[in-house]
Amino acid sequence: MTTGDRPLKQVRLGAHFPGVNNTTVWSDPASGSHIDFSSFAHLARTAEAAKLDFFFLAEGLRLREKKGLIHDLDVVGRPDTLPVLAALAAVTEHLGLIGTIKATFNEPYELARQFATLDHLSGGRAGWNVVTSSDAFTGENFRRGGYLDYADRYSRAGELIDVARKLWDSWAPDDIVADADAGRFVGRPDVGAFAHHGRHFDVEGQFSVARSPQEQPVLLQAGDSSDGRDFGARYADGIFTLVRPFEEAQAYYTELKDRAEGFGRSRDDLLILPGATFALGDTAEEAEHHAAQIRQQQVSGQTAIQFLELVWKRDLSAYDPDGPLPEVEPDLESESLVKGQARHSQDPLAQVKQWRELAEAKALSIRDLVIEVSGRQTFVGTPSSVAEQINHRVQHDAADGFILVPHITPSGFDDFAAQVVPELQDRGVFRTEYTGGTLRENLGLSPLASRPAASTHPHLQGAS
Amino acid sequence: MTRLLHTAVALDGVGWHPAAWRDDADNARRLHDADYWLELALLTERGHIDLLTIDDTLALQSEGYGVIEPRTDRVRGRIDAVLLASRIAPLTTHIGFVPTVVTTHTEPFHVAKAIATLDFVSTGRAGVRLKVGASQQEARLVGRRTFPPFDLDSLDDPAVQATLREVFQEAADFTEVLHRLWDSWEDGAEIRDTATGRFVDREKLHYIDFSGEWFSVKGPLTVPRPPQGQPIVSVLGHGTDPYRLGALGSDLLYVTPRDAEHAVGIVDEIRWIEESVHRLRPRSRVLADVVVVLGDTEREAADRLARLDELAGEPLSSDALVFTGTATQLADLVESWEPTGINGVRFRPATNLHDLPRLVRDVVPELQRRGIQREGYAGRTLRENLGLARPSSRYAVQEAS
Repeated sequence: MTTGDRPLKQVRLGAHFPGVNNTTVWSDPASGSHIDFSSFAHLARTAEAAKLDFFFLAEGLRLREKKGLIHDLDVVGRPDTLPVLAALAAVTEHLGLIGTIKATFNEPYELARQFATLDHLSGGRAGWNVVTSSDAFTGENFRRGGYLDYADRYSRAGELIDVARKLWDSWAPDDIVADADAGRFVGRPDVGAFAHHGRHFDVEGQFSVARSPQEQPVLLQAGDSSDGRDFGARYADGIFTLVRPFEEAQAYYTELKDRAEGFGRSRDDLLILPGATFALGDTAEEAEHHAAQIRQQQVSGQTAIQFLELVWKRDLSAYDPDGPLPEVEPDLESESLVKGQARHSQDPLAQVKQWRELAEAKALSIRDLVIEVSGRQTFVGTPSSVAEQINHRVQHDAADGFILVPHITPSGFDDFAAQVVPELQDRGVFRTEYTGGTLRENLGLSPLASRPAASTHPHLQGAS
Repeated sequence: MTRLLHTAVALDGVGWHPAAWRDDADNARRLHDADYWLELALLTERGHIDLLTIDDTLALQSEGYGVIEPRTDRVRGRIDAVLLASRIAPLTTHIGFVPTVVTTHTEPFHVAKAIATLDFVSTGRAGVRLKVGASQQEARLVGRRTFPPFDLDSLDDPAVQATLREVFQEAADFTEVLHRLWDSWEDGAEIRDTATGRFVDREKLHYIDFSGEWFSVKGPLTVPRPPQGQPIVSVLGHGTDPYRLGALGSDLLYVTPRDAEHAVGIVDEIRWIEESVHRLRPRSRVLADVVVVLGDTEREAADRLARLDELAGEPLSSDALVFTGTATQLADLVESWEPTGINGVRFRPATNLHDLPRLVRDVVPELQRRGIQREGYAGRTLRENLGLARPSSRYAVQEAS
């Protein structure tokens, strides 16, 4: 399949370690540890055997709370992003290793040093999903404390990346000479010299890590506000976003690529990578059945009640999840009951009205309703059908690929790797061997040196 | 009867002598490569050494304290020690990993999370060496605070004294936060109770509510309780401030005695401080640091050091005792420390290329023959190998009593 005369696009795929939302099923007997390294190693090795582009790991900096209590219905707790990625570099050879690190609760020198280190330790496979946060709740665990003005989120993150890039660029490729006879270890005394005097950061000195194989980690971005989109279009190599309906996804894709061009960048150097879930079966019916089963597991009765409480903003724990929707109206005065998790709700009254109509029309219990509205898997079908759905979206510019989120650890990606990836390979849209030496090369991104400087764009100009 | 002593190897670059790289240029080019460090770790593990420390600082290496000399003849550049340890730990089996972390410029929450994770990826072999960073140069890299400039000659200056007091007090708070965070999940907090739909028993998760002069941390940690309960905390000290930091919350202290008599004095001071701060945890394991220059004969070792010194352009100057001699002589030295109350030694190889293989091949069997070092690994975790019990969470203890 092609669109016009264009050659087939290659599909980019990442494997996301299951996170701490209710989409991750822990109650299944097949669900293993979310902490032990063996679970991470299993998913990474499976992804590498299937020639995936990268492994993806999210971050948690404070345990989520609901109604002032630590949320206990979903997976709680996870290991630290960067040490896990460093350890995974020991058990993989080609797979990219991308982790989320919040830009808000770190200083640029240390972060730049850690990512340069990861890039060295993995032989050029490091990636950073840059996330911003202003939330005071998470800030209670950190020196800088809680508050960052919303408007400053992206200006601080942008300046942080500007500083990090100066640091990553501060060693020349040939600075380490190690000429024992001449007694010269470095070619110049001022290796790593840098200075940055800006609004958010005032730093100078010499960076301690020599230039890494990729020079800079691959950057992803995952914020969806207008500022977030501009930030991503300016700085990122890829956007980790939501799956949207097909036409909407195409419009989003075009908009982000346009924004990248507005920053003087090539459209091909910004990959659009929605996060996607899947359910497979030998037949379409089996796949639908499997998908429904997974959704049942994802939404326990307790989870369904809590889901409604987000909108009602009331304690609904007395209601039976297998009974009808609450007759009580939402509490419009109450503050959000949820902390440590992004949830955007429309007007609660309109939402509740819509759900009541739906529940009545289909005779749904609370739990049935939540299963119904919390969304089906992105891709449901036979391996061949799922491969076709993925390829269709990629060839028609609704995405460049997907970050796949299994519902279970550690084996949740096994079937996809064994069954769907070969289908994509048969279609000539997915690699059968790794060809690049680095993550950047495997993703088909142009080398850094060939890129025009984007930092002159006035709109998001940080500091010098 | 002699007691078993603990053994550690300290890694820094291709060795502790500043000219070590001149004999080992190929490896000096590999200092940013994981494989070089993995080879060292696997070699050291063959010697049944309890743990490896990996030196680190945020700043580029420098010779004078706090002053970066514009020279090109010394090793420059190094990678983050915590991530390096995480990278090689899964490929080893027994040895403990103790990377260095600078407390002055890092977040205790991030560090607690990272070391707990190192404990998971090493299945219970993680530790950390805490180090203060009071230099103006390092502070400028981070940009969060400013310190007065100083060097070894201005240590008595009141402003410098105030800075040092501040960073050591902060490091003590840092240690307290690490321990509270590692205890913030009780063992068995993950219950996966399908009947009630609960993944954790939140009664077993605890806010630590630490509030101090330099940071406040709410908790609980986002990482569950690590395999060792509390990974091993260690400090290198040359005097009362770091001894006190060690007494307040670390498991291991590296010290630098000049001789056996000095070692006795150091151990006495540490034990006295431990009593004065009403230390509750088991007494610190005190390891004596020694820079090691080995030869098949005493003469060969001395010649090696002389040659390295000549390449460096100056005699080796170290905070620790510099030993030159044969494996038997080094075993004699270690044995002579045994009655002083020292609990072990941390070897700093002058060159990894020459001295580390000889430590493993020649010195370890000699120590084992004399009954000073055990014949193999005693336990599966670093804590077990150090003879330290796995502590319960302080929060569980409080509720039980």
